[in-house]
Amino acid sequence: MNEKRAILGLKVVLWICALTPAAWLGAAFFFDAYAANPVAKVSLGANPIEKLTHVTGMTTLVLLLITLSVTPVRRLTGWNRVIKLRRPLGLFAFFYAFLHFSIWSGLDQTFVWAWMIEDVIERPYITVGFAGFIILIPLAITSTTGWIRRLGTRWAVLHHGVYLTATLGVIHFYWLVKADVRLPLFLGTCLALLLGWRVVFSIRKRRRVSPRKDTAPATP
Amino acid sequence: MMIRTRKPSDVPSSEITPEDVYVNRRRFIRNAAVGAAALAIAPRALRGINDGPAQQVPARFANMKSELGEELNPYRDITTYNNFYEFGTQKEDPSRNAGDFQPAPWSIRVEGLVNNPGDYNLEDFIGPSNVEDRVYRMRCVEAWSVVVPWRGFPLADVVKRADPMGDAKYVEFKTVVRPSEMPGQRTRVLDWPYVEGLRLDEAMNPLTLMTTGVYGMDLPNQNGAPLRLIMPWKYGFKGIKSIVSMNFVEEMPRNTWWVQNRREYGFFANVNPQVDHPRWTQKRERRLGELRRRETLMFNGYTDEVQSMYEGMDLTRWI
Repeated sequence: MNEKRAILGLKVVLWICALTPAAWLGAAFFFDAYAANPVAKVSLGANPIEKLTHVTGMTTLVLLLITLSVTPVRRLTGWNRVIKLRRPLGLFAFFYAFLHFSIWSGLDQTFVWAWMIEDVIERPYITVGFAGFIILIPLAITSTTGWIRRLGTRWAVLHHGVYLTATLGVIHFYWLVKADVRLPLFLGTCLALLLGWRVVFSIRKRRRVSPRKDTAPATP
Repeated sequence: MMIRTRKPSDVPSSEITPEDVYVNRRRFIRNAAVGAAALAIAPRALRGINDGPAQQVPARFANMKSELGEELNPYRDITTYNNFYEFGTQKEDPSRNAGDFQPAPWSIRVEGLVNNPGDYNLEDFIGPSNVEDRVYRMRCVEAWSVVVPWRGFPLADVVKRADPMGDAKYVEFKTVVRPSEMPGQRTRVLDWPYVEGLRLDEAMNPLTLMTTGVYGMDLPNQNGAPLRLIMPWKYGFKGIKSIVSMNFVEEMPRNTWWVQNRREYGFFANVNPQVDHPRWTQKRERRLGELRRRETLMFNGYTDEVQSMYEGMDLTRWI
């Protein structure tokens, strides 16, 4: 019972934290538009469309990485219920990716299809960002319990797509900065650790499943 | 009576209005009316309008426009959104982190292949020249732009006073190095000091402005106090800030962004919508304060003033 409570508490924290960037942008928008902005720090600044794009993009990446850390945390702590956080985290990541894409296409490119198509085809950083977003769409759709049941073992395979999206997302970020690659490299390192852990874990698991008699560790 | 003469930088009306817009002008007007109505309701925030305490600017700037009739960007845009990596790599960093910088006293060294080398304090350096306001467009290599009323004097004055020798072909400029006052210099994001250069004829071009102020006031620290360059037909990164030295040389200077990535940033860095940055398009730009991107003009709209300097040069190669 206590564990259930803990998860519920964590979910509340998750919702509050995940909605904070959107709330901040909304507040900044409101202050800029309708109030004589009393809070200079809460402002979209001189290039609001860029600010909206950057904040939603950054939030997407961070949420993707947190989503990818759920399973390692579960295995390392043995706390299985933490898996309950994975779906809302993933869906929040999709929510911000969707906002990011909408802001780019609607506000930045003002729905000029020719510009957007040119960018998606000719600008590698946009190509990979766009691909990462497209991959995320079926994952968001099939995140419901019904779809999980329907797809069975194929569901897990399909949802490995999130590894690809996260990788493309980090590349997207790395390729768009001019000189200061510290932040993209940091996120890339986090991603490499999270994916690397999975590789090591699955190798060990395979060994445990089919132990050779002579090398099998003595289990106490 | 005010007589309007056509300045060389004036764009003929036939170039301003795209043909399809002209042909379909009735539809365009109707669409524009719908658009205007939508814009009136659409929150001003998206266009980056910031209310609240703003710097008081001298009254003469109230209705000032560029030679193309463009409105000036507010003081706030210009001073809170710019690149000055010495203070950090985000656009807001310079305005946040430049508070400790001491632009006075200041001295500039003029050296190299000149007959009058020397160290000047700022007042003597500016002294003999007439300081004036000039409204220029600024186009950043990152595809955003602003219209700014700079204040300064022609760099040509300085060059003439320095009296270059015959073999001086280029001028190399350097930014001050003060990691204690410039937090961005504490990490090697770029190879400090920031270096920029101009060919001698570019330095002598009447458009090239040794800039000391904006909106009639001294340059704020974040915009390159107390002395910076502005070449409005080049991408913004050529406009080196907080200059401490000018060196007249024979060889093409190795400017900082060229050293950083020569495939992406050249020595000339002339605004050119036909040559894309390897990673993004240079065909269009976002003018701060506008919703829809606008077309980028060749040489940022200063073709008549500068084109002759680049006759016969392949501008797709000499980026």
